[in-house]
Amino acid sequence: MNYKTTLSGQAFVFDSVKEVLAKAGEHKSGDELAGVAAGSDRERIAAKMVLADMTLEELYENPVAPYEEDEVTRINIDGLNQKIYQEIKGWTVGELREWLLAYENHEGKITRLSHGLTAEMIAAVCKLMSNLDLIYGAQKIRVTARCNTTVGQRGTMGTRLQPNHTTDQIDGITASLFEGLSYGCGDVLIGLNPVNDTISSLSEVLKRFDEVKQKFEIPTQICVLGHITTQIEAVRRGAPCDMIFQSIAGSEKGNRAFGFSAKTVDEALALLKNHGTAAGPNLLYFETGQGSELSSNAHWEADQVTMEARCYAFARHYHPFMVNTVVGFIGPEYLYDSKQVIRAGLEDHFMAKLSGLPMGCDCCYTNHMMADQNDIENLALLLGAAGVNYILGVPAGDDIMLNYQTNAYHDIGTIREILGLRPLPEFERWLERMGIMEQGRLTRRAGDPTIFY
Amino acid sequence: MFQPWEIEQIADRIFDQIKGSAQDPKKLERMLEKTTARIGVGRAGPRLKTRTLLKLRADHAAARDAVFLDVGQNLIKELGLLPVMTCCKDKNTFLTRPDLGRDFDDETRDYLKENCILHPDIQLIVSDGLSSLAIEANAASILPIVTEGLEEKGLTVGTPVFVKYGRVGAQDRISELLDARVVCSFIGERPGLATAESMSAYIAYRAVPGMPEARRTVVSNIHKHGVPAVEAGAYIVDLLAMILEQKASGVELKK
Repeated sequence: MNYKTTLSGQAFVFDSVKEVLAKAGEHKSGDELAGVAAGSDRERIAAKMVLADMTLEELYENPVAPYEEDEVTRINIDGLNQKIYQEIKGWTVGELREWLLAYENHEGKITRLSHGLTAEMIAAVCKLMSNLDLIYGAQKIRVTARCNTTVGQRGTMGTRLQPNHTTDQIDGITASLFEGLSYGCGDVLIGLNPVNDTISSLSEVLKRFDEVKQKFEIPTQICVLGHITTQIEAVRRGAPCDMIFQSIAGSEKGNRAFGFSAKTVDEALALLKNHGTAAGPNLLYFETGQGSELSSNAHWEADQVTMEARCYAFARHYHPFMVNTVVGFIGPEYLYDSKQVIRAGLEDHFMAKLSGLPMGCDCCYTNHMMADQNDIENLALLLGAAGVNYILGVPAGDDIMLNYQTNAYHDIGTIREILGLRPLPEFERWLERMGIMEQGRLTRRAGDPTIFY
Repeated sequence: MFQPWEIEQIADRIFDQIKGSAQDPKKLERMLEKTTARIGVGRAGPRLKTRTLLKLRADHAAARDAVFLDVGQNLIKELGLLPVMTCCKDKNTFLTRPDLGRDFDDETRDYLKENCILHPDIQLIVSDGLSSLAIEANAASILPIVTEGLEEKGLTVGTPVFVKYGRVGAQDRISELLDARVVCSFIGERPGLATAESMSAYIAYRAVPGMPEARRTVVSNIHKHGVPAVEAGAYIVDLLAMILEQKASGVELKK
């Protein structure tokens, strides 16, 4: 079936739902690299117009990867609440947008509706939203989750403390950890990206994190972000671990390129239920990012926003404690500049929240992108306003291991103060006990890592 | 152990902190010895101190310049490199179209075949990649060592080529066009804040477009604070000879 519209006297024709979705997206270098982007600004708007009149049923019937051939599509469709879907399948995407923004449709109603939305519907409505729509729409919804503590409550903004080190040297990691704690970071997670993805290295770091957590009685979560299979083995051999992590993609092929499948995640979850250090019930951590499917040629000729939405359909099946997009990590061939990164960050956060996920964001950039520290400070503040569950924090914004920049430990305190937000409640009480925070503000003592040494 | 430049950095950071507010500078000193992360930096209200902020921006500026500035014409001439350009016609195309950075148009392919020694044992390539500063800092030290070392071993070295806007995969096309037995590219790596001058050598036996990446042997981290160019050069000469002898590279090579 093809789709037609006329815009300023010119006719535009699209051959498939997939093509309409791709061409209706805001400009991204990755969609151009994939050869699926609109050829002109007018073609982009024409596609948005066609998409606005498309019914949710047409999107349901046309997943970008076939049900029979793709596990993510099956999880997406099989997990849907059919009652709710039947109620809304006749709506157009334009109507869905206005329904989500309307005053009378509050959090409870949106959360219920989300159980009837597939990834393709969520991507579609995202493409009709302006940046402020994405912020407004997202802040209507709060998604909480519980591991050792509870994340995502209204009025809070958390952080993952990322104390990475160039050689996984334990005392060096600990030094960065202490620095972060002294700035009020680490309420959502103390989580390391290891250089060495080995069972012994992961276990050693987890042990140190656990010791620090116990010694100072810190109400938080710990995790070391090795490959899922390495983490599983470390837990089997007795390493203390609150959560297991994995990078995910929006297609089975993409997940296979990451070296796992749904079965592996089931295995991790079952293991943590019996041998993890946290009560849960939310015990998993996922990272995503627009463009990762294309980079492993697993994108089914679909655009990167739609593939990203499919990551969330996969993720929500496992009720994770935390999910974040590593939005600017992938490079300029997928997100060219700060405009595209900021847009992608807002899109990912909105789509994940609408999927029912406790979403955070790694607001970051690499040195070959057209972006700098100013841009990710902007994005973090915008996401703070949008109600993001958490951002990341590293020493002075510079990750010495991953060779990219994200938010500084200093940024979270600043944003909380500007927007009147607080750390996660249990963690805030701990900060007060440690003399680092008073009435939601850093004290004189804050910023001195030697208080933990 | 610490490199002299690291000790200097630590001293700088301790100085900042003493001016700041650490209760216990001795403890902080011990922490700073364990990591190159920017810890113990203090704060102005909730924000970074002026010096920390400007140091961060200065390091980022060096990384940006490494990506966006071109390798100087003088260096290319001085090293006697034959300059060619990939299908990328400008820096933006290079950054957004990795596929175009691995190939050459017909005219350039003919030019290479007409102006280069054919069937060499070793074909050397220098390429900007993601850091021109890496090439400026290391190429002049490494290239003569490698060339002379190979000639001493009685191997034929092809016409050295400079590839502008080049990705690693450009070596596959050149190797195929010139029928080289082994190809070795010196290419600028994506800069981090710690150094913008890191260069790598990618080496492959009988490289052809579309071959698996696992067939490449890589010597990375070539810069003055990593593996110095002179040291890397001597190592690469032996490595190239070994690859020729075993007729294999990458995961197939037994070291």
